[in-house]
This record gives sequence, C-alpha cells and structure tokens, in this order.
Amino acid sequence: MTDYIPARVGSVTKYVVVESFDVTPADLAARAYEISQGAMIKETCFGLVINGQPEEVDRLIAELRSVDPDHIFIKDRGFPPGDSRRCRANLGGARPGYHGMEYEMTIIPYVSHGLEILKDNDENKIAAPENPLAHRVLDISRLKKIIDAEES
Amino acid sequence: MAKVFIYPSTSLILSDMVARYGHTPLSSAVAIRERIQTAGFESPPLQITPEEPKKGLKWAAVEVPSGVRGRMALYGPMIEACEAAIIINDADFAFGCMGCARTNELITFLVRQKNIPKLDLFYPKSEEEGVRFVAAIKRFLAGLGGSK
Repeated sequence: MTDYIPARVGSVTKYVVVESFDVTPADLAARAYEISQGAMIKETCFGLVINGQPEEVDRLIAELRSVDPDHIFIKDRGFPPGDSRRCRANLGGARPGYHGMEYEMTIIPYVSHGLEILKDNDENKIAAPENPLAHRVLDISRLKKIIDAEES
Repeated sequence: MAKVFIYPSTSLILSDMVARYGHTPLSSAVAIRERIQTAGFESPPLQITPEEPKKGLKWAAVEVPSGVRGRMALYGPMIEACEAAIIINDADFAFGCMGCARTNELITFLVRQKNIPKLDLFYPKSEEEGVRFVAAIKRFLAGLGGSK
C-alpha cells in the first residue's frame, strides 16, 4: 500500500447548476471570475464547479445565486475540480454521479416555478403535497388503464 | 441552523433547498470530502479503506455484507448527527447494486426510527406539484427554527 497525501486540504468544492433562460454557464463564469479572490472556477456544460476556502466559496456562491435566484442551484461536491479519480477525461463516459444530477435537471423547472410562485405567496396558504406514507387506494381510471394494457 | 439529513443524499434539489433556507444539508459529498482530504493509505477512488466496514458495525450486524457496512461508515455518523430529515420516496436514480439498495433501505429505516422532525415527499411531476413541493420544504425548514 502506498501513502496517500491529499491535495487542497481544508478547501470545499461546490457545484453551481444553471437552469435558466436568461443566464448561461458562460455568463456565470464571467461574473465569477470578476469577483473571485483566489477560488478555482471551472465552467462546465451545466454550470460551474468552484473550489476554494469555505468563506471565499460561500461569498462567491451568495453573489452568483443573486444573479438568478430561482434558477441557480448549488450543492456540495467531495472531489476538487478535474480530480483524476472522478474526471470523465480519465474515466471515459459520464462522471459517476452525473446521472443523478441529469435526472434532477428534468425536475428542476418545476422547482424553479415553485420558487417563483412562493416569492409572492405565503407557503402556509399552499396545500400540502401528497403524503408518500399514506395508504394509497388504486384509482379506478388507473385500474382501467392496467386492464386495457393487458394483452389478450 | 439545524443539520438536515437528505435522502437521496446526493440530491441537488434537496441540498440546495436546505442551504437556501438557512440550514446545513448533510449529504454524501461532505462524507466523501472528509475521506479524500485525510492522509492515510492510497485507496482510490473514494478512499474507502478496510477500516470502513469495521466502523459500519455500529449500524449493521457482522453478517451484513461489507459493502453495506462500508457505506454505513459514511452515512451512519450523518444520521446520528442530524436534527431533521427530508426523504424523497420515488428517487429511482438512488437504486443501484444490492449494496446500494440495501444501504438505502437501512438509511431510511434508521432515519425513521430517530425521533426527529421528518418530511416525506415525492418528486414533483408538474408545475403545480412543484409549488406544493417547495412550499412543504419551506414550511418544514421554517418550523425547525434557527435558520441563518
């Protein structure tokens, strides 16, 4: 076994995902470079990957989120940008973890719509969503669809 | 500012929502970062060493496969540390090999056993459901208090 010497200890990495008609990853990257004070910024097809000291990254993402708050989504990442253990340039195919993000990208427009509506509405006046733990009765129309789909 | 466990723990939407409304999301990236930033023996790609299945014994019995115990070494401490949890119940992409699938079952079981505020949801499938989804999360997180 060889010794492992970690790189960029103490830094944090965050994904900034853009799902907007008005802002592109390139716009956001230009803005990030303007205001960055030493953070590593990588532009990707879906947004940015930012690595740096926690305070600096927090400041940057707060600024970037304000560009289009309802259409910019941020999450943590374990590996720094371009890490050979995760980067698809070394592995081939999509980066592990991309498929989950790709799936959620199909749902993000609904969430963005929700965020827009809630800017002007009180969340307490909006009905609760369906409870997954509640016992669900099979809807009669769904039952009919199942029967119709059955091959004779 | 409460520590909120999210499931699926790689979820972009949940991670963002929790941080957006002033709390700390506990996601798998945080646990992975801790490992890849700690010096030790080289064990790519995730720096999961033979020590992890031993640590996982705290949450899973010895006859449980090492894959589940190794994963629990990442998620177990977060489940213990969390003060609230948000669970999405129809996250098909969280399904994986038997190690992932069984770990997911154990994670949701342990979270449900814990006496903390929990929010169970489905992913929204329309704009109307999106509004309800966001409102439910906002209400839940506001109820935890102490947001930043």
